[in-house]
Amino acid sequence: MLPFFGYSALFFLLPTGVVLWTAVKSGSGFTGGNLSQTIHGAYLTGLQNSVKVSVIDAVLAAVLGLILAQAIVTSRHGFLRRTVASAAAVLANFGGLPLAFLFVAAIGNAGVLTTFFSKHFNVDITNHYDLYGVSGVELVYLYFLVPLMVLVITPALEGLRPQWQEAARNLGASRVQYWRHVAMPVLLPSVFGATALLFCSSFSAYATAQALTNGTLSLTSLQIGNALDGNVLANADGIAAALALDMIILVVPLTVLYLYMQRRTSKWLQ
Amino acid sequence: MVAVTDSALATAPPSSGRRLRATAGRVRWGRGLVLLVAAIYFIGPLAAAFWFSIDEGNGVTWHAYTSFFHTAGFASAAELSLELAAVTVVLALLLLVPTLVLIHLRYPKVHSAVELLSLLPLVVPPIVLVVGVSKVVGWGTSANPTSFTGQLFNQLLNSTPPLILPLEYVVLTMPFVFRSLDSGLRASNTATLVEAARNLGASWFTVMVRVVMPLLRTSILNAAFLAFALVLGEFTMSSLLQYQPFAVWLLQFGDTDGQLQVALSLISLLLTWVLLMIMTVIAGRDARKAT
Repeated sequence: MLPFFGYSALFFLLPTGVVLWTAVKSGSGFTGGNLSQTIHGAYLTGLQNSVKVSVIDAVLAAVLGLILAQAIVTSRHGFLRRTVASAAAVLANFGGLPLAFLFVAAIGNAGVLTTFFSKHFNVDITNHYDLYGVSGVELVYLYFLVPLMVLVITPALEGLRPQWQEAARNLGASRVQYWRHVAMPVLLPSVFGATALLFCSSFSAYATAQALTNGTLSLTSLQIGNALDGNVLANADGIAAALALDMIILVVPLTVLYLYMQRRTSKWLQ
Repeated sequence: MVAVTDSALATAPPSSGRRLRATAGRVRWGRGLVLLVAAIYFIGPLAAAFWFSIDEGNGVTWHAYTSFFHTAGFASAAELSLELAAVTVVLALLLLVPTLVLIHLRYPKVHSAVELLSLLPLVVPPIVLVVGVSKVVGWGTSANPTSFTGQLFNQLLNSTPPLILPLEYVVLTMPFVFRSLDSGLRASNTATLVEAARNLGASWFTVMVRVVMPLLRTSILNAAFLAFALVLGEFTMSSLLQYQPFAVWLLQFGDTDGQLQVALSLISLLLTWVLLMIMTVIAGRDARKAT
């Protein structure tokens, strides 16, 4: 047992602890200076952007993913379901960098669709969004968040017993009433948990945004990367650690909420 | 796996049969529409990107798909990624298989502690972890290069492949590896079989190799594959620690040849997907055999 705990302590708990320590350490004493710097000025804008992108995307992806997952779960083609499930797993877990490149190729400044529309319809579609800005990041993140929602909500949807629907029908309930009074209350904890997870995934994503915007957009994860990379900032370590601490404060309770909800769901699924 | 909602509707009492059939028809139609829209949304950008990678003004070129292997830097970046992935998989399995077997057989009380520690890396994002890692690395490199600490960090950072990455990747992949192995151990009757083997005089080594490994074959394969795929695509930690495996190289190379960058992105997604499909098929066959 000892190797496992030793390993975790050395390669996980130690670096995480160092983040907390560096965030509040100054010379021989402690300081709130780093933290207060990260909730003012450009860093505040970064936090606000990150929260905005993550809230919008988490809610959108939760709704769209729920609808899609229900369509897949009730489909009777086993092959379709397996194919979609593994495709969702690929996009949700391994998307990252490639997704950014795909979108640049499709709807970037020299993208296939951009050229197509400007050639045949004389319309510049890039006027309606900024792929290399906040709206672009929101659009591209949805591409891995919706599959993630499908993956995490499918077990809960599969746990809805057909007998419940039969019972509701026999008692004269309409489809809407069944969803409103039976399915929704059962699903709600899982949906909340999943939405929290989507928020965290979006908030802590780094690769996609970095590839899309080259690190120029003010998002908290990119600002952490820049502080580590640049060496131009005075006290870069302290700022990076303080931003990381901000992220921990936002993300950790939500992930714990997701894990708790997931555990609750898996209990009644058995 | 319960595709029963439709059959449930079909077996409802006959008195309301007509209305039900109408509802079921509408549902199927709506479902088709949802799946169609989703298919367009997800396949659209992939198709557009594919066109981008072969489009050459008035014709079609396959140069991106035929020349990438000879492109400067590709071979060394891909080699580094494969080495990192292999070392990570071996390390993760060496660490977690014995640990999990032990907690299932001998120390069920620490199960929840191990589970918590294994799932925690899911809670702390890689971008946060890398801040701490780079700080620790900074301490190591500022130490006297001839001292023990200096030499240790020199080994960790400059060996081929740089060991610091797989050591941290094991942490990043731990939640997936833990879940896969844990559910595998739960599903099989490992405890009984291991006890039987021990009673018949098998050593712990024999038990691990000839009883535990075959029982957990599918979960081990599953865990190994997930870890492998995650490392191949990993970007955050390697780029911020200034290494250049496949993903980092791909980003930097984009300025030179956009078509090649998109082609390689498509190939890497497709490859991951095919491997995952193979995994699903193997797991499905094993599950059928077990029942």
